[in-house]
Amino acid sequence: MLLISCPWCGPRNETEYHYGGQAHVPYPGTPADLTDEQWAEYVFYRDNPKGPFAERWMHSIGCRRWFNVLRDTATHEVLTSYRLDEPRPELPQAGGQR
Amino acid sequence: MTSTALPEHPDWLWRNPDPRSSYDVVIVGAGGHGLATAYYLAKNHGITNVAVLEKGWLAGGNMARNTTIIRSNYLWDESAAIYEYALKLWERLPEELDYDFLFSQRGVLNLAHTLQDVREGMRRANANRLNGVDAEWLEPEEVAKVCPILNVSSRTRYPVLGATFQPRAGIAKHDHVAWALARRADEMGVDLIQGCEVTGFLKDGDRVVGVETNRGRILAGSVGLAAAGHSSVLAERAGVRLPVQSHPLQALVSELHEPVHPTVVMSNHVHVYVSQAHKGELVMGAGVDSYNGYGQRGSFHVIEQQMAAAVELFPVFARAHVLRTWGGIVDVSPDASPIIGTTPVENLYVNCGWGTGGFKATPAAGWTFAHTIATGEPHPLNAPFALERFATGALIDEHGAAAVAH
Repeated sequence: MLLISCPWCGPRNETEYHYGGQAHVPYPGTPADLTDEQWAEYVFYRDNPKGPFAERWMHSIGCRRWFNVLRDTATHEVLTSYRLDEPRPELPQAGGQR
Repeated sequence: MTSTALPEHPDWLWRNPDPRSSYDVVIVGAGGHGLATAYYLAKNHGITNVAVLEKGWLAGGNMARNTTIIRSNYLWDESAAIYEYALKLWERLPEELDYDFLFSQRGVLNLAHTLQDVREGMRRANANRLNGVDAEWLEPEEVAKVCPILNVSSRTRYPVLGATFQPRAGIAKHDHVAWALARRADEMGVDLIQGCEVTGFLKDGDRVVGVETNRGRILAGSVGLAAAGHSSVLAERAGVRLPVQSHPLQALVSELHEPVHPTVVMSNHVHVYVSQAHKGELVMGAGVDSYNGYGQRGSFHVIEQQMAAAVELFPVFARAHVLRTWGGIVDVSPDASPIIGTTPVENLYVNCGWGTGGFKATPAAGWTFAHTIATGEPHPLNAPFALERFATGALIDEHGAAAVAH
């Protein structure tokens, strides 16, 4: 089980959260101009890295707020978490900041 | 229940050759799909100058980690066609490969626990029959006749309100399936190369001409990717982006028991599926873990929930002990259907996105992927499963029939 730190409530078990997939996927700026391929890209294509990944989680049985997590998908290490209005942090040193 | 004895192995299974400098076709991934592809390339198309490259050991990825369920009761025409084709191939493969891999057609029950489940199940059974797939709707008392140890009391939290039943569904001995295909492919001249990881692709403009591996460069006329959970990582190295997400999928087995469970039982609603292996283990699976991951393990609460569901459905399992748990990595596509076909890179073909259900499709995946690689064009059975569908919108939404998992 992952131990994830909510920016507002602190570290809690994974079971308190809901997973929301890749973070930092902006809605298209000019949606009317998009081709079918560009829409497919926005709707269906997400990064799937083996390593650090910026993703969204929601503290569904806590404060019910969304936030972002940097997590290593190969080691399951939760590197850091941050609020939606904060930029993606530079990758921490090995061991991560929890 | 069929014999509990495992089949005898033939005297030898396959050679262990060093890679040559070039092949007509290189398949990446020596799991069930890669091996079946090589087998049908040789058998159906006479293409035997083929290498199957495997970074670990033969069939040591998801093929070694799955719950071995075979069924074809999918909702949509496209899915029913390809999975039913697979089931028909399964029915003749033990004889064709001359290798008894204990394919046991003991049937599958897909349980309904809500009114919506009942409606979906009846709809799917009717759709199956229109597509020539054997399926029927069973009321709770009929479900109990098929599987007497199943608790169909109305006093449970999620009572069994009925089930779809596919009598021709079943299970097979997964390792033996791989070895059976490997032996025949090897006999026809295919090189099965273990410990050979693809680290990059050789390209000439928009055309793939080979692969880089930890054992050197290998030139190839065509390259077929059949790497399951790692497909997107691999394809990215060739400059191709795939709309799949990799998730851990866990399974577990109990200690050995006398034969008690005569069929396969799946429940989408309470998230568990159970069968009993030939040797006697109860084999159980649940859904994928929600997050992306490549660690070949998942979270304990997923196991806890599936066990709670299993014990409510099968009170007789309450004192069974878990012997071991494990995880595989599955690549899940947005419509819960596979992607089999061409890519934007010429001569590079992809077979991925099977999610939690690739094992059952093994022969049809191999058959159609071999056709696509051999001819450069999809087979009618895999044409609907092209990468282009995500741009055209012609999705094959099988989240319902793909069952518990994703």
